[in-house]
Amino acid sequence: MDLALVQTALELGLICSLTVLALFLSYTMLNVCDLSTDGCFTLGAAVGAVVAISGHPFLAIAAAMGAGVCSGFITALLQTKMGVDSLLAGIIVNTGLYSINIAVMSGSSLLNMNQTDTVFTMVRDALEGTPLAGQYRLVVAAVAVALVVAFLSLFLNTRLGLAIRATGNNPDMVRSSSINPAFTTVVGLCVANAFTGLSGCLLAQSQRSADVNIGTGMVTIALASLLIGGTVLGRGGIFTRACGVVLGSFIFRLVYTIALRFDMPAFMLKLVSSIIVVLAISGPYLKSRWPMIRRRLTYRSTAGKGGGEQC
Amino acid sequence: MLTLSHISKTFNPGTVNEKRALTDLSLHLEPGSFVTIIGSNGAGKSTLFNAIAGSFFVDSGSILVDGQDVTFMPEYKRAKQMGRLFQDPMRGSAPGMTIEENLALAAGSGGWFSHMTGGDRARFRDQLALLGMGLEDRMKQPVGLLSGGQRQALTLLMATMHPPKLLLLDEHTAALDPGTAEKVLNITKDVVAQHHITTLMVTHNMKNALELGDRTLMMDGGRIVLDVQGEERKGMTVSDLLERFRAGAGKELDNDRILLSE
Repeated sequence: MDLALVQTALELGLICSLTVLALFLSYTMLNVCDLSTDGCFTLGAAVGAVVAISGHPFLAIAAAMGAGVCSGFITALLQTKMGVDSLLAGIIVNTGLYSINIAVMSGSSLLNMNQTDTVFTMVRDALEGTPLAGQYRLVVAAVAVALVVAFLSLFLNTRLGLAIRATGNNPDMVRSSSINPAFTTVVGLCVANAFTGLSGCLLAQSQRSADVNIGTGMVTIALASLLIGGTVLGRGGIFTRACGVVLGSFIFRLVYTIALRFDMPAFMLKLVSSIIVVLAISGPYLKSRWPMIRRRLTYRSTAGKGGGEQC
Repeated sequence: MLTLSHISKTFNPGTVNEKRALTDLSLHLEPGSFVTIIGSNGAGKSTLFNAIAGSFFVDSGSILVDGQDVTFMPEYKRAKQMGRLFQDPMRGSAPGMTIEENLALAAGSGGWFSHMTGGDRARFRDQLALLGMGLEDRMKQPVGLLSGGQRQALTLLMATMHPPKLLLLDEHTAALDPGTAEKVLNITKDVVAQHHITTLMVTHNMKNALELGDRTLMMDGGRIVLDVQGEERKGMTVSDLLERFRAGAGKELDNDRILLSE
């Protein structure tokens, strides 16, 4: 296998692992399946692209994260204060974001950044002549991931972070610690969606274009990576688990890249991610049911031999 | 410390399932008193606790804690002044988090962005050691690995870490085996006595109801039908209590879990 493929997988894996880390916070910690992830990812890409095209590549990152916070805030508000079911809240926001994303891109569904200075081109120019020159994409992605992992492992051990984790684990207990679970849900979703926005912004800048479908299926891909990461490094402290999540994202991309080498068409990515999510979630469930299923099957076959139909 | 004035609560009003759970109930507790509550199934004991803790707002009447009107204060804000333990030992702690993380959250010292310090850990360790369950050596383990009794003892520690003004114990030993139940009950007595916490305890153990604390209430049909304290309560036996209940409620005490003796 050639090295360029591994490098592409690593770059994509790292950039998308920011979304996986977002789901690590919202899905694993807060126990909210945030289905607005797709739209929020695109929002980050669109806002980031618009700001970068106007000549501020670094401000683009802050803007994309800020847009993510707003999106997360609305999703959280719908489910904590307005009686909308949490899955439905995500779907509603996701649908609404489609229009907003096109509006952000001034009515077009595609923004081109070929002539634009991005974070990546700036780092490329800065690294010119150093041994890392060819890996500028990797450098940017790795720095972003390292910062987010460091932030998460500090944040989730603060009092606020503990409260967010407890909200997903036992909301009764949060209330009895005089903390409003609605508040922790809002904070958790805002932070998570900031990372999703960042992830979208970086992907758009690295591929030098943002289109309205850039985030489609991202939530499933991220969930697949998250669950793979959980199998690899699911135990231990927050830092270990966050590293496992990043590793999961990389493994997912690597497997996918290898599959592409074996002539799997590129459009199969989303089916593959769906299947991985199904396997990862229902695998343990079916495994625990297996002894009972087997007993029932053997019972049926022996009862059949003994004569007489069993209902 | 706690004053309930004429509180009422009806569930599903206007439907066939309408249930008057609390009917014009009034109660006043002196600071430092320890009150035990017994009653039939569906007498409104847990509803009373839910009303005091703020799980719902009452339809009428008012609730004062230490002179402050908390009638419409949300549950999580009331929790600053109240500790509460449920019958289910799983309800009070987060299973996916470690013992020290649970304690840190309950301790609630410092700001939102404060981290657990070595001093906090040392303090938690000392407090866990007082439980005599060996939990002080398992502080990095997830709470999900503990037994029911251990979790209930931990919850008690969490609820009383900052001594609350009011402690609500809702049959908190009922789901434990007799040995563990006694242990948790002893810890409860110690903690309550040490901090002079005003305590309300629902129990199904008639003997405990008379032995523990300084006042006993019996509930039926959303009302307090019997309230004994002082000299009258001292010489009372379980059968006296049942006799008084029959006189007060006009029927036999009917509770499928009740323990008449040991």
